[in-house]
Amino acid sequence: MSLTPGSIAIVGAAESELGLVAPGTTPTDLMAQGVMRALADCGLSLTEVDGLFTANTQQRFATLVLAEYLGITPRYQDNTQIGGSSFMSHITHAMGAIEAGLCEVAVIAYGSTQRSVSRAAASPREYNPYETPYKPFLPTSAYAMAAARHMHQYGTTREHLAEVAVAARQWALMNPKAWEKKPLTIAEVLGARMVSSPLTVRDCCLVTDGGGALVLVSAARARQMKKPVYVLGVGETLSHASISSMPDLTVTGAARSGPQAFAMAGLTPADVDVAMVYDAFTINTILFLEDLGFCAKGEGGAFVSGGAIAPGGRLAVNTNGGGLSYCHPGMYGLLLLIEAVRQVRGECGARQVPSCEIALAHGNGGVLSSQATVLLGSAPR
Amino acid sequence: MEFHVQDGNNASAAPDLKTDSPLSTFEAHCRAGQLAYQVTQEGAAVFPPRVCAPVTGGALSWRISAGLGTVYSTTAVYSRDAAPYNVALINLDEGFRMMSRVEGVAPEAVTIGLRVKVRMATEEDAVRPVFAPVEAA
Repeated sequence: MSLTPGSIAIVGAAESELGLVAPGTTPTDLMAQGVMRALADCGLSLTEVDGLFTANTQQRFATLVLAEYLGITPRYQDNTQIGGSSFMSHITHAMGAIEAGLCEVAVIAYGSTQRSVSRAAASPREYNPYETPYKPFLPTSAYAMAAARHMHQYGTTREHLAEVAVAARQWALMNPKAWEKKPLTIAEVLGARMVSSPLTVRDCCLVTDGGGALVLVSAARARQMKKPVYVLGVGETLSHASISSMPDLTVTGAARSGPQAFAMAGLTPADVDVAMVYDAFTINTILFLEDLGFCAKGEGGAFVSGGAIAPGGRLAVNTNGGGLSYCHPGMYGLLLLIEAVRQVRGECGARQVPSCEIALAHGNGGVLSSQATVLLGSAPR
Repeated sequence: MEFHVQDGNNASAAPDLKTDSPLSTFEAHCRAGQLAYQVTQEGAAVFPPRVCAPVTGGALSWRISAGLGTVYSTTAVYSRDAAPYNVALINLDEGFRMMSRVEGVAPEAVTIGLRVKVRMATEEDAVRPVFAPVEAA
């Protein structure tokens, strides 16, 4: 038995407040705000929610806390926590649950106050006796070593990495909700404060508050609703937990999750109108464009050069401005999905990709550890 | 703790977690000046230490590394309140990889492919392996 492409649709999508929230705001406040906005987006009520999915670094029992807060008793719940890609994984699990009749209205929610309470407080790292004593600045140093290895093997340059940051900033300038409001140049990225070589602070994602929610129902139910966005393909995989144990720092699990999702959907990278890939660091975008099949391994640096993933480029990538320039509340996967939904619906205003029918949202978690890919479309196919 | 340092080719490694853990065994070797790793019954190197072999779940035995390896990747970490320092992933010649740091050269001068040799460094809380370029070791 396998999942059926297009069997469910995302019918509600909304962000919570983003950026910096008021003192005392909790992750659950943000989740609840996102849930109510996403339900309003599709005209469903809280009492209809019978499937609850969330993951949080600030709450071990996030579904318990959110269900209590909202006053609901979901008959199906999933607190899967694999980092920033958790929410793509939740899509897959919601698809299985809805197809199996375990729930009918699934809500996926996320909220973080990591800017307000500090990154160290929001996402404390577990002690690893084989890594922690050497004081890697995690997660950045892990991604830095992936970047260094990619540069060594393929001739990728810091300018290539900077292209990713500059493209994200150009998209962000067209998104009123983006945190960053000023233009950015390649020279500014290269000259920024080094954090963990070869990555400067401009190669690293933002540290913001934020959250949001999605509402999913069966395709049959979605047909009567406003602009359903169908789930056409899903794929997820785990490759390691610690960067020391990543088999090859230049090849991520996206090389498995991507082909899984494309095969399920009967699509190829050439069919994708907008690619939302988890850009916690500039190297991520290059790695994922390669591993998802938009270009060959090792050619990601050349692929992004010359503004090729910026507005007007060859491929629309991270049109909300990304984790680099729009918002990165600890775990960012849900916000990738929200932008993918909005692009397929045609709701993105100045940054709207023309005739966007197929959107890819690719999530990453940990230190390139978990990878999960979702393909969304305007029709069930 | 009574501890029998093993000098390789010792296959009697059935773990007894009431007396020794994979970590305590590794650390005891470090205090004895040895970089220990494990091998599967098929001879594949395994690191970090664990109670059973990946994939097969089979038994593991301890070996002592010759301590020679190659830098697989490297970064210099810049903190606001301290001098930059190196963090690196080292591919040991026996076929396992570990995180450590390379000393004896500037943190940014550590390059991928550099040949390095282990040294046991006595730090505040433990004795642990660090590396230096082979020519400087």
